[in-house]
Amino acid sequence: MTDAIVASGSKDNAGRGPTRQRKIVRKLPVEKSWSTALIVTIQVAIFAGLVALWEIAADFKVVDPFFWSKPTAIWDTLVIFLSQGGAATDIYYTFRSTILGFILGTASGALLGMSFWWSRNYARIIQPYIICLESIPKLALAPLIVLVFGMGLSSKVAIATALTIVVSTLTAYAGVRAVDKDQERLFYSIGASRWQVFTKLVIPSCIPWIISILRVNIGLALTGSIVGEFVSSEHGLGRTILYAGSTYEISLVWVAVLVLSALSMVMYVTVGWLEKFLQKGVDH
Amino acid sequence: MVFNTDGVPFTALAPVDLDVPAGKFVSLIGPSGCGKSTIFNVIAGLQPPSTGRVVLDGEEATGTIGQVGYMLQKDLLLPWRTVLDNVALGMEIRGVPLKEARDRALPLLHRYGLGGFENRYPKALSGGMRQRAALLRTLLIDTDVVLLDEPFGALDAQTKAQMQEWLLQLFQDFGRTVIFVTHDVEEAVFLSDEIYVMASRPGRIIDQMTIDLPRPRDRSVISSPRFVAMKKYCLDLLHNVGEAPASRTAAA
Repeated sequence: MTDAIVASGSKDNAGRGPTRQRKIVRKLPVEKSWSTALIVTIQVAIFAGLVALWEIAADFKVVDPFFWSKPTAIWDTLVIFLSQGGAATDIYYTFRSTILGFILGTASGALLGMSFWWSRNYARIIQPYIICLESIPKLALAPLIVLVFGMGLSSKVAIATALTIVVSTLTAYAGVRAVDKDQERLFYSIGASRWQVFTKLVIPSCIPWIISILRVNIGLALTGSIVGEFVSSEHGLGRTILYAGSTYEISLVWVAVLVLSALSMVMYVTVGWLEKFLQKGVDH
Repeated sequence: MVFNTDGVPFTALAPVDLDVPAGKFVSLIGPSGCGKSTIFNVIAGLQPPSTGRVVLDGEEATGTIGQVGYMLQKDLLLPWRTVLDNVALGMEIRGVPLKEARDRALPLLHRYGLGGFENRYPKALSGGMRQRAALLRTLLIDTDVVLLDEPFGALDAQTKAQMQEWLLQLFQDFGRTVIFVTHDVEEAVFLSDEIYVMASRPGRIIDQMTIDLPRPRDRSVISSPRFVAMKKYCLDLLHNVGEAPASRTAAA
């Protein structure tokens, strides 16, 4: 018997039948929340600590600075990369193919997914193809796509699109299937045409589903662009990483990764705004 | 105006004849699974009858949609539309420009207890308010016949009573023909001109009674001996059907 279990008057209990149980006295666990300032301070401290640890470990050769580089070297490289290197060109190049692939993949996937609403037969015919497409590791096709579309922008956009379109299609189709059947009945009872049901009910109902894939697609589109650049490219952050890696310029690899992270954060924030904007239209 | 939902031999629904005179309030009561909703779906054209016809105002209306207003127990207001735009939806779908539809709906919102809520979203409304909006949407689809499928079934007793009186007022003002489905015998007697009592397995009409309480009615009628007698008669009928489902089949 633990301390928390209190036998309440065992003598009285005896005659009360088998359903009677020992009373367990516990208090609701409550965690006090710390102030934001404190949380941020701790976060910054952890980051600074890790960076300092890395720097010191590299100085004392605990980690090999040749393979791992070190924060001060990365910082110097970053400054050089941003001020003299091809930073602007590379960022613009990667950013452009990511955004184009993101828009193309999301939009066409959403349209394709919603188009399944129009005919159950058509949906049944197409569905296995979509599932096949989903199961193909699309990145494995990257070299082929680069051969077909060439070394330029279009091959990166194509890979980014290929990665985003399938998820978008499946999600939009899930949205279509979740459209309230009674709601549909209501529209038809009023005498609505199929087009009216589609534009006034199906599309607005699917918007929350489409919003939910935007964030995922940012990451996927970025991955697509970078892999495209890995395979073959003249510019771009992916190409910079590959180039720096093959020449053992580890600092430059880190710099490109940092810039990529910054880029993806900017896109996440933008998508966050976009979400809020779209959400306003459907959710109150 | 004649309705002939004539013989809908769903295994669930035996031949059924409904003759609804124009401008009357007719209720269907019966246990769940007695085919009330099937009848409504057939009338609204949402489900083809295997045999039988729907005749509206002397014209064949079997399998045509948009001829009658149909309201379900769920309010089915679109969460992304304001109350005003929800109420205007029916008109909009029927080709009225949105601005004109709003202009027509707004005074009705004010007259029928939704004033000040026109620019709110359905989420902000209480259950009763939402049903009001849904009912106004149904009435603003300019149809002679309105089907109400347990519209107040999900409301608490007090709101329900208010809504019934509100519905009677609307019925008087709009002069539509109403077919009303309910489980609630008191509600049926209070609102209707005529009541069809149904039984299940197979769904069929076992009795029809005329409620000749004078209109306009108010709550006080509920305690009148006539009302109590009719309510008791109805309840007995439903109760007996529940006890011995087979005994009445021949009569149907």
